[in-house]
Amino acid sequence: MIDVQNLTKRYGRTTAVNGVSFRVEKGEILGFLGPNGAGKTTTMRILTGYLPATEGTATVAGFDVFKQPIEVKKRVGYTPETPPLYPDMQVGEFLEFCARIKGVPKDRRAARVEEAAEKCRVADVRKKMIGRLSKGYRQRVGLAQAILNNPEVLILDEPTAGLDPKQIIETRELIKGLGGDHTVVLSTHILPEVAVTCGRVVIINQGRVVAEDTPDNLTRRLRGSAALQVDVRGDARMAEEALRAVTGVAQIAPHAAEADACAFEVTPEPGRDVRAEIARALVERGLGLLGLRQVGMSLEEIFLRLTTADAAAGESAPPPPPDAPPEAEVTA
Amino acid sequence: MTALRNVWALVRKEWHHYFASPIAYVLLVAWSVLGGIFFSAYFWAYLERSRATAAQSEFGMKMSLNEMLFAPVFNNMAVVALFMTPMLTMRLFAEEKRQGTIELLATAPLTDLQIVLGKFLAAVGFYAGMVVICFANLLVVWAYADTPPEWRPVLTGLLAVLLLGSALIALGLFVSTLTRNQIIAAVMAFSLSLVMLVLGWFDNPMAGPFMKFVTYFGLTNHLEDLLKGVIDLKDVVFYLSVITFGLVLAHQSVESQRWRA
Ligand SMILES: Nc1ncnc2c1ncn2[C@@H]1O[C@H](COP(=O)(O)OP(=O)(O)OP(=O)(O)O)[C@@H](O)[C@H]1O
Ligand SMILES: [Mg+2]
Repeated sequence: MIDVQNLTKRYGRTTAVNGVSFRVEKGEILGFLGPNGAGKTTTMRILTGYLPATEGTATVAGFDVFKQPIEVKKRVGYTPETPPLYPDMQVGEFLEFCARIKGVPKDRRAARVEEAAEKCRVADVRKKMIGRLSKGYRQRVGLAQAILNNPEVLILDEPTAGLDPKQIIETRELIKGLGGDHTVVLSTHILPEVAVTCGRVVIINQGRVVAEDTPDNLTRRLRGSAALQVDVRGDARMAEEALRAVTGVAQIAPHAAEADACAFEVTPEPGRDVRAEIARALVERGLGLLGLRQVGMSLEEIFLRLTTADAAAGESAPPPPPDAPPEAEVTA
Repeated sequence: MTALRNVWALVRKEWHHYFASPIAYVLLVAWSVLGGIFFSAYFWAYLERSRATAAQSEFGMKMSLNEMLFAPVFNNMAVVALFMTPMLTMRLFAEEKRQGTIELLATAPLTDLQIVLGKFLAAVGFYAGMVVICFANLLVVWAYADTPPEWRPVLTGLLAVLLLGSALIALGLFVSTLTRNQIIAAVMAFSLSLVMLVLGWFDNPMAGPFMKFVTYFGLTNHLEDLLKGVIDLKDVVFYLSVITFGLVLAHQSVESQRWRA
């Protein structure tokens, strides 16, 4: 549905997007993730035909964005980062206008406006001036505008920014509901959002794709040999010695130590499960084992690892499993 | 068909903006008041003159209402238009850029040409309404004059005011694409129009070819014949050329800004 090849965008000397390629299949929800200034908005603006790319090609819904922009625009709903609204219009009037310029036929206009307003929960403010709406409501009107003509492709730039927690959940539900029929690309900094709504994630940093996979796979792969959190009752030094003696432990990092209890983060050698050995070693020395659990890396940590310039973090990431598809390569 | 529908949707949107802000009302009131003042001033002058001539000659030579009332009123309204059209054009693109709504228009299935034309026609439509109001003032003459004025010069005079205003609007529209600040757009549009008005002041019979060329661009120099009831194709073509020029520049500007943005 969306095919982006080697997209590059330069603003004068700054390269905002640098050779980005990805595909989105029909009905898929793709999360576009990256820190501020990564080039998310720029990429989305290129996909919607708002900006021309410096290099590369982009095909949306079967049409080339640069050669047949109007055909693409007919099939794409877009919510820019700041919702583009006219403050001097009522919500209903605004949606009506958008329906007109999106070419919704006259006899279906009222129904489409109604439906979009219902879905985005702005039906109760239809008579209100947009200039007097709160930020969250504006965001919702921006979303309603995007789904008005039931487009095949939705491009949403930070659709949940500025919403309250309840709204965030409702909007996520809405977006999830749109997947299947619609192809959705959404950008965000909020990681749980990606885990909850998106089938696949593209992480970009400084204009380049650094990772592309399902949220689960990303977590699993980067977690590697999962670290263990070990809580022990007893003397910290004794406990550390005990842990060191266990074969298969690669690294031990003391976490916190109190008078009679301490905690360690233990990294086993790749592919080894040392939990049973640790438990035995501690108990044999008369130490109390209070807790032993795997600490998976959260998406947040993965994100930070992939996007912070800290090269060490990238190096310590294990190689992708052999059965991983080629595009899932971590190129950091 | 789609193109027309798109342009019409944009026209209606712009009219909405005009009437949602005080601009429409301020312009209509100022325009009507000024039109009324010019009308009564020239009307009194006309009455004085015809009374004086009636006293002098037995036959009470008729004075032309067209020449003494309509032509000068139209001429003055043309100058007023110079001051007022910047207020119609200043927001057209500048405000869309400031609000970021240009992104909405640019990602909707509209062409840049449709956007430019929609905005142009919205301003021209509003301005045409102003011209009609000015004309409605003058209708009173038909009710009272014993020999009614000729229609032809009145109609060509209205056409002249409309053409001049549309040319000003096309220039103002272009200027509005250059900035995101309405005030700057208005000041630049006004200055540009004023310069083009002043160019016409160097018109005199002794002018050399260079001055003739310069004065050709005088915006109001092409009004005279039309106000007399003579449709000279050269004048009409002049205004249509300025309109086309303004629209082409606006279109180029909108397009190229996307490439540079
Ligand atoms: N109009 C512009 N002119 C010059 N540089 C720009 C322009 N727009 C964006 N940039 C630059 O391009 C880079 C990418 O910006 P972009 O807005 O795409 O980032 P983003 O990923 O959307 O960030 P955020 O999370 O803050 O929204 C930034 O370095 C930004 O400064
Ligand atoms: Mg952004």
